[in-house]
Amino acid sequence: MNITESRSASQPAPGSFLKAVSAVVWKDLQAEFRSRELFSAMLVFSLLIILIFNFALELDIKTRQSVTSGVLWATFAFAGTLGLNRSMAIEKDRGCMDGLLLAPVDRSAIYFGKVISNLAFMLIVEIIVLPVYSVLYNINLFQPGLLLVILLGSIGYAAVGTLLSAMSVQTRTRDILLPILLFPVVIPVILSAVKASGGYLEGLPFEEILSPLSLLIAYDIIFTAVAFMVFDNVVEE
Amino acid sequence: MQSKPLTLTLLDALSIIVLGVATYLALFFAPTERVMGEVQRVFYFHIGTAWTALMGFILAAVFSVAYLATKNLKWDRYQVAAVEVSLVFFFLTIVLGSIWARPAWNTWWTWDPRLTTAAVTELIYIAYFMLRQGIDDPERRARFGAVYALIGGLSAPVTFFAIRLFRTIHPVVIGGANAEAQGGFAMTADMRVAFFFALFAFTIIFIDLYWNRIRLGDLQDKVEQLKLKVTM
Repeated sequence: MNITESRSASQPAPGSFLKAVSAVVWKDLQAEFRSRELFSAMLVFSLLIILIFNFALELDIKTRQSVTSGVLWATFAFAGTLGLNRSMAIEKDRGCMDGLLLAPVDRSAIYFGKVISNLAFMLIVEIIVLPVYSVLYNINLFQPGLLLVILLGSIGYAAVGTLLSAMSVQTRTRDILLPILLFPVVIPVILSAVKASGGYLEGLPFEEILSPLSLLIAYDIIFTAVAFMVFDNVVEE
Repeated sequence: MQSKPLTLTLLDALSIIVLGVATYLALFFAPTERVMGEVQRVFYFHIGTAWTALMGFILAAVFSVAYLATKNLKWDRYQVAAVEVSLVFFFLTIVLGSIWARPAWNTWWTWDPRLTTAAVTELIYIAYFMLRQGIDDPERRARFGAVYALIGGLSAPVTFFAIRLFRTIHPVVIGGANAEAQGGFAMTADMRVAFFFALFAFTIIFIDLYWNRIRLGDLQDKVEQLKLKVTM
């Protein structure tokens, strides 16, 4: 099945694509709202990671300044794989994926729907982790620049992560495989996000934050585009 | 059972010969570098393996596109072969580089852009094989392999570029100079002979191994089909 075929089946009426995307997002959010299993797992896991970092790095006032952005992104990355795995495993286990694929909508609508719902879960967890971290370590993390970096980083992470989790749930090794596949290819995101967040936290001038920030944007655009183009091949049966 | 093509057998022999000659040129013919001494001789094979491995990874990404466009399993076999041979060559590059770095930089490893990217690239293609191992259906294995090789092949240069935002101490011997680089040098004419011959030799060796690997893949495929026929 290729894109043109599925498109002709779906009546390319204006706005139908967005409707399909929002339907997928809405379905995911609603399911999550009822069970709350994914969200609570991600949140508790994030808090535990922060706790572990506290002991591992002896987060005293001096080191805190320099490692905060690293600790945050490591936390988001680890919690992110948990969410991505779960969100695709649910689709696969209960046969929902087949149902989604049978729906007369463009496959890329499913992809974007899943990306947006995965992104939403990540952002909700991050929004809760940030104030907790701020309180625990007495650092103000609510800076508009930092929030922008977190948004951009999470977009890149979710865009690639959704594609790779759709692959990894179809393999024998499943949940173990996702971090192994995902981490080496999202290194540019983590790297530039850590650099940019660190820059904002240290109050560096904007010119110094600009290059990691633009790299982050470039990564988001390139990998969302590529993932969107190849997603058909990943869900095809 | 198809027999081994004569050209391939000749290429096997040629590979052994050029490897011998390249070794001679690198170890005896090329003059000793003034500052670094004998250890600089690692350089010839370091670049030779790096160059061929990178070509292999680029080929793998090209085969990804070819497979996804045509869905012909031939491209998948080409891709696996390219990644497998390149993975070994790139590992050699890293090991040789470390041997050189110990005396030149006084450390086996630094988190320099090239070194980090090399490590990440190795991990990407190891992940590629782990992904393939988890899938039984050959057609799906090929599809997922192609998708991942494409994503990985795109991400590796971005990683390099990202880390380049920091400074580098890796020398650039061919083209371009970096004031911060440590361990750079200018090549003499004899060094150039050894250098270009090493490039040539490793290209031949790569092609030979690559061809053998593709042939192995084809045979594997045939065996699998025959097995299916027997069990049917």
